[in-house]
Amino acid sequence: MSELRRLTLIVVILIAIIGFLTAFVPHMIGIMPQWGGADAAAVTKIGEISGYKPWFSPLWQPPSGEIETFLFSVQAAIGAAIIGYIAGLYTGRKEAKRGQP
Amino acid sequence: MEGFLPLIWVIFWYALSTPFIIYGVWKLKKVMSEHPESKPMLAVAGAFAFVLSSLKIPSVTGSSSHPTGTGFGAIMFGPAITSVMSAIVLLYQALLLAHGGITTLGANIFSMGIVGPFVAYFVYNALRSIAGFNIAVFTAATLGDLATYVTTSFQLALAFPAPVGGVMRSFIGFSGIFALTQVPLAIIEGLVTMLLFKYLLELKPDVFRIFHIEDKATSTEP
Repeated sequence: MSELRRLTLIVVILIAIIGFLTAFVPHMIGIMPQWGGADAAAVTKIGEISGYKPWFSPLWQPPSGEIETFLFSVQAAIGAAIIGYIAGLYTGRKEAKRGQP
Repeated sequence: MEGFLPLIWVIFWYALSTPFIIYGVWKLKKVMSEHPESKPMLAVAGAFAFVLSSLKIPSVTGSSSHPTGTGFGAIMFGPAITSVMSAIVLLYQALLLAHGGITTLGANIFSMGIVGPFVAYFVYNALRSIAGFNIAVFTAATLGDLATYVTTSFQLALAFPAPVGGVMRSFIGFSGIFALTQVPLAIIEGLVTMLLFKYLLELKPDVFRIFHIEDKATSTEP
């Protein structure tokens, strides 16, 4: 197995282990996971410390959670498309240089 | 977190971040004119930050957060150029997702675009000669991600010191929310950044050589 393949396999396994731990560790240490955003937790914390009220609100907010998810996906898709295009371009050039199809 | 930073801190973090962005834009133009062949890799670095910062990942603390994706850019092109990329990502999220915000933009550029990339850059360069390439990249990207959220915790602690215990007390509180949640995410970011480097190095070692990035383990073209 090439070094790159072996490394990819190791990374996939490690991420799977992290995913597994994430699913089970909170229950084991007595947290009821809500999987809410850390930002929301920080806002709660600010409220506990000082009762501070925000003085400025977002200029525009996604009208619903669905639309927010959509826009997050668009962000990921744009990035992934660029990386995929360039990696493909380089792969093609490398193969052309070698004279292989 | 829009509007949650008091005005004085909004101004403070904007003032601190702006010079880095100006220098970063200048540096970006310089790299593009001196090494036009690096443009696709600049795009990859920006795109990587785009992808990773869009992924909200659940963590062992029971809440979710997202990685930063700045390690690749920082190691390859240095922290200044990465600051500009982070600013673009943060602006997208502030305007279209109401995630982050315009008032917190300066503070977020400072944590994600300046402290994180600087940490990644220095850790990589410190480890490069004593550890292998993989370990250096993994550690740099992981610690850069973590440093970003430690900075966020510190920024919030400065703005909201606890009535008893002050800034340090608040810092511990906010770290429990951000930094702790970030640990597994930072490890994932480190692993994925390392893989991206390995794949692209295999495909296009010459562009990396311009920026003095080489992995001796990667077989060179015959």
